[in-house]
Amino acid sequence: MLIKRSILVAMAAVFAAGTVVLADSHGGNPAVEARQSHMQLYGHNLGILGGMARGNVDFNADAAQAAAGNLAALATLNQMSYWPPGTSTDELGEETRALPVIWDSESMEEIIANATALVEATSAMQAAAGTLEGVQASIGAIGETCSACHRAFRQPNN
Amino acid sequence: MRRALGASAVLVAAGLAAYWWVTAPVTSPDSVLAGLEPDIAAGEQVFYAGGCASCHAAPNADGDARLIMAGGRAFPSNFGTFYAPNISPDQDYGIGDWSALDLYNAMRHGVSPDGQHYYPAFPFTSYVRVTAQDVVSLHAFLMTLPASNELNRDHDIGFPFSIRRNLGVWKWLYLDVDWVLGGDLTEEEQRGRYLAEALGHCGECHTSRNALGAPQRGRWLAGAPNPSGSGNIPNITPGGLDWSVSDIVAYFQSGFTPEFDTAGGHMADVIENLRELSDGDRQALAAYLKRVDAVE
Repeated sequence: MLIKRSILVAMAAVFAAGTVVLADSHGGNPAVEARQSHMQLYGHNLGILGGMARGNVDFNADAAQAAAGNLAALATLNQMSYWPPGTSTDELGEETRALPVIWDSESMEEIIANATALVEATSAMQAAAGTLEGVQASIGAIGETCSACHRAFRQPNN
Repeated sequence: MRRALGASAVLVAAGLAAYWWVTAPVTSPDSVLAGLEPDIAAGEQVFYAGGCASCHAAPNADGDARLIMAGGRAFPSNFGTFYAPNISPDQDYGIGDWSALDLYNAMRHGVSPDGQHYYPAFPFTSYVRVTAQDVVSLHAFLMTLPASNELNRDHDIGFPFSIRRNLGVWKWLYLDVDWVLGGDLTEEEQRGRYLAEALGHCGECHTSRNALGAPQRGRWLAGAPNPSGSGNIPNITPGGLDWSVSDIVAYFQSGFTPEFDTAGGHMADVIENLRELSDGDRQALAAYLKRVDAVE
């Protein structure tokens, strides 16, 4: 009987461990993945423009226009489903850097203002991306709107 | 018996005398500023390099409001919560009645005009290395900023840390005027060291602290838990940051990382200051970061 019980316990332990591993390998919260992917798309397209602005890559008007168009489109997407309550650093730990203050009702006004500023900055880039000078003059404002949100709402690092 | 009592009384008296001596606030006489003339434009650069506005501007101040040194920002710590004071030139609520020597003693010695120790939430552990000329220029620049009548908020600190006299012991143990990065440095690296270790006080966040809150010089700039919230402040020694010098300079100027992520948290404020410096100074800071000991 004692042996059976030990085997049972051992099996339960293996099963429990298996579930944990399975849950882990299935990735995390889909909303977190969606918003992180969205941020990556910003970074990718900004990288194309930034590389040209810094002279690391030759200026190419078509590529610049495409990247600027993507940024403008990304900025106007509705992100409501990306940010369900219960997906901050408080609940998800290291899976996210989204601070709980995002879901405070007082933060809403600032978040909307930042989102609006990003739409304006990216459409200004879209209008200016035909020339290298235009890209160089417009990229700073986009960075400032990114930082405006990251300043108050993102954890420094994991 | 009587002799033993007498001996212990002498010991206690000696201990008290040592405590009194160690904890007495030290200040400099006005001769340290003799012959120095303020340069307001240079003082503005010291203001940005020293990051004054990052702590002393009102919480969430934006744009021109970042030049009003009203104070009020909260700094939670293991010892309680510190509140940045008003350092605007208001005569009654700010530091309008301070002389340049008062500012010198505050920054170099961590001592207020009425002879009290400051808590090291005010980074005098870095400012102890600032030059007298820069203090004089900074003082003149601060007096050009708008006044604010915001009332100072008392720190919320528990015993025994609430006894300011005890900070004398802390200073005796940890206030060290020597550079962290020694050795033969180029002129540019020395300028970067002055910006990072004296004015910029990078180590206040990027270096971990011991149980008494003193920066661990052996882990200089190697990262630390975020002092005001969750998460970590990154390791920016060559052991943790593999960006090129031009990547670092571009980050200081634009806030963009090489992956085109952007600065966030308190670093977003730091970028706003670094943006006001000269290209040469941003280069010098980057050169310094490449020289500090790599810590994994």
